[in-house]
Amino acid sequence: MCRIGAIKSRNYTHPSSALQLMQSQQKGHDNSGFAMVMQDLGGIFAEYKHLPTLSMACTDEGIRIAEDILHEAGFLRVLQWAPEVDDQPGLDINAMPNYVFETFSYPRHMRNASQREKEDMLLDTRLRLRTALEDDEQGFVYSFWPDVITLKEIGDPRDIGTYFNLWEADERFTAKVITAQCRQNTNYDIVRYAAHPFFLQGYTALANGENTFYLKNKEFQQGLHRGYLGFESDSQCFLYTLHYIHRELGWPLHYYKHVVTPLPFDDIEQRDDKKQLLAIRQSLAHLEINGPNTIIGLLPDNTMFTCCDAKKLRPVVIGRDEETVVISSEVCGINEILPDRDWETDIYPNEREVVMINDDLEVQRWKQ
Amino acid sequence: METMKLNDVTANDLPWKVRYDASRCTLCGSCVATCSFRAIEAKVERRRMVFSEGNFPEPKQRFSAVPVIRQPKSIRNYCRGCGMCEKVCPNDAIRPDRNPDTRHPIVTRCLGGDSIKRGGRKNLEGSTRTLDKIRVGRISQMTDPSLDAQRHTFDLLAPFGRILPPKKLPFATDINQQLQSNETTPPVNWIYPVIIGDMSIGALSWRMWEAVAMATAYLNEECGIPVRMCSGEGGVPVRLLKSKYLKYMILQIASGHFGWNRIAKAMPHMIEDPAGILIKIGQGAKPGDGGLLMAQKVAEHIQAIRGVPKADLLSPPNHQGLYSIEESVQKMFLSFNAAFKFRVPVAIKVAASATSVSVFNNLVRDPYNIVGGFFLDGIDGGTGAAHEVSLDHTGHPIVSKLRDCYLAAVTQGRQGQIPLWAAGGLGKTGDLAADAFKMIALGANGVFTGKLILQMAGCIGNDLGRCNACNTGLCPAGITTQEPQLAHRLDPERAAQNIVNYFLAMDTEFKKLMAPIGNSSLPVGRSDALVSTDQSVADRLQIQHVC
Repeated sequence: MCRIGAIKSRNYTHPSSALQLMQSQQKGHDNSGFAMVMQDLGGIFAEYKHLPTLSMACTDEGIRIAEDILHEAGFLRVLQWAPEVDDQPGLDINAMPNYVFETFSYPRHMRNASQREKEDMLLDTRLRLRTALEDDEQGFVYSFWPDVITLKEIGDPRDIGTYFNLWEADERFTAKVITAQCRQNTNYDIVRYAAHPFFLQGYTALANGENTFYLKNKEFQQGLHRGYLGFESDSQCFLYTLHYIHRELGWPLHYYKHVVTPLPFDDIEQRDDKKQLLAIRQSLAHLEINGPNTIIGLLPDNTMFTCCDAKKLRPVVIGRDEETVVISSEVCGINEILPDRDWETDIYPNEREVVMINDDLEVQRWKQ
Repeated sequence: METMKLNDVTANDLPWKVRYDASRCTLCGSCVATCSFRAIEAKVERRRMVFSEGNFPEPKQRFSAVPVIRQPKSIRNYCRGCGMCEKVCPNDAIRPDRNPDTRHPIVTRCLGGDSIKRGGRKNLEGSTRTLDKIRVGRISQMTDPSLDAQRHTFDLLAPFGRILPPKKLPFATDINQQLQSNETTPPVNWIYPVIIGDMSIGALSWRMWEAVAMATAYLNEECGIPVRMCSGEGGVPVRLLKSKYLKYMILQIASGHFGWNRIAKAMPHMIEDPAGILIKIGQGAKPGDGGLLMAQKVAEHIQAIRGVPKADLLSPPNHQGLYSIEESVQKMFLSFNAAFKFRVPVAIKVAASATSVSVFNNLVRDPYNIVGGFFLDGIDGGTGAAHEVSLDHTGHPIVSKLRDCYLAAVTQGRQGQIPLWAAGGLGKTGDLAADAFKMIALGANGVFTGKLILQMAGCIGNDLGRCNACNTGLCPAGITTQEPQLAHRLDPERAAQNIVNYFLAMDTEFKKLMAPIGNSSLPVGRSDALVSTDQSVADRLQIQHVC
């Protein structure tokens, strides 16, 4: 079973907090991997928020292939950072030779392009890189997006933390939003891409659960958008639906809940907006999810939210203090990093709720 | 003594032999009275007994005249094996026995010079049914728990109506971050995933049709199960058209347009919209052929409802249009949409065929979104009357064809836009919930069923040639007849009760199938839930092969 966690803070936070958040929940996951997405970056990336950063794990050949493609496309590197690795013997990590975090300036011809054009170009570039590195597993391209860094690796999260020197906080590698998860995909093959959080064009999603409508979701999503691919994990569907509802259809966030866990027909009949809700249930029937799960999502504007399946079969809790909001599968994780908070204000969302945290750290509870 | 000639019909030429035990018979006459086919008759047999009294053979003979039950040697009044005689006999003195040496298919054609007609269903049994080679094999356990069929709530509803692709929804966000829709969208009704299939008033006795209508109303009003009934082609009683119960009816129009005169005239008086309109192009039991109601069933009330004289009523195989069938069907769609002011979904029913996917593609790509459902009917469906050669030898099984249509939609990203409804032998073994559930997992939104409904009411016909005499108007169960004496054998309330109870049982069984795979709404297209022990079935349907 997965355990998921997310930290959103007014202050720049080091990934060691995310490791601590997840470490106390280790009995609930199987210590098979660690993955995180950092957004709204501080430290050495703080000055480059407007420029895309590539997050990639690869071989030496993989670096060469990727850089050739990027240079050919006109990208110019403005910052390069690689974590100092501590490759001590006995660590349980299946490490790739290189971890690349590079920030680029946009190609000259794109500098006056619209935001949407730039975003589409970044996606296309990432997909090209992904395809080019697929042969012989030369590399894994997790994200190529402004103000976002992604790290995924196979192994024991504690050892992965040690390997990347993530246990000791510093000022150089920080973000205001960190989402994390400590399990490789154990339902299907162990593939680096299969570890959540998943990221697409500013949207992040991670989930604790099973999606029994995986096949229906997948068959429908495959035709909706070129970015909906991979499907190495049934939880990727949650991200693609979020991206589709919020970005492609342009609907307000709370309709995500109506799509993934629609109200029963009897309840819809009682609603003033039944016409819209029925139309959503009809047209997006193949994006419904069934089965137990909790989803944490993150939007491009740093809005964070969580919601559960319609039968509340998976737990989630939200704890907070003045500076930080934490979402976690288990409350012990929050106790670890916010020990002095008022735990009576913790929120245990119900099956019809969406809890949303905006960029001012205001917490809203929406009833479906 | 009668002189027998080689080509005279004898009981051994007929499909059923009547076995009669004179020693058990009380001569009550019940069997003869009950046989609607006049396939048995009371006769007197001349018996000769030779006997000898005394110590030495001195043969004497005695003659007697014995009343007996006999089977006429006729291809007109032959036994259909319905077993009514056995049912009513107090002493088990009579029963029909299947005759494996029957020459009926040959003799009938030789003597009649005409094709054989009958009702019922396909009687050529092949191997095990495809659906029986499929199991629900993906069981939720552990981290993905099964649901509880008794405690959890389930949404057992299916759409009837054209569903827009998400990007075509006319939504705009208002200042309160709520979606508002600013245009009319095609009507969609969410109904129970089992429609009571289209059997006309005419094909059915008025008492049977009433029983089905009563059961439908009861299921809706008292049980909260939104089952819809399709009228079949043959009109609807005006009293029902003007009642609130019209909302549970799907009105059918086929190439004969029978009954539509009255329906059109009733429109201004309708207080409810019908649940939908179904344009019938073809049916699975006799694809490529139109409807057929034999003259013997065109009773006075049928003549009145349909506005016809007493004659064989044949619907043409095609809808008639000046230019093409597409043109006429499109006109029908448009006129029905308009007639009910775009409030009633209009769907189409076709026979499963090697070309079904092409037809479906044409409809699903239509930019005007006029088709609100694709009803696909397979070879194992039933019919009131057809040429036997069509029944037994034309048609296409439903399972792979339904799957093909669903996968065609998936390939185009259009799944769900035209709801798929499947039929044709579903529930043949009595378990409609299992069959329907498997079809849904293969991509159907729902199923429709007719023959099984008749069996709930007491039809004794089967796929091994038993009875199948719906065309004769002599239905021994009072179901497919317009003869008052026969129709009164059927108790409409009891038949309705059976149908209601079957649906209640099926509703529970649906939940018992959904709960183990962890789904609270219908798993349309969830083929990963199915497995097959048959490699070829698994390959063809793209489901997991298991052994």
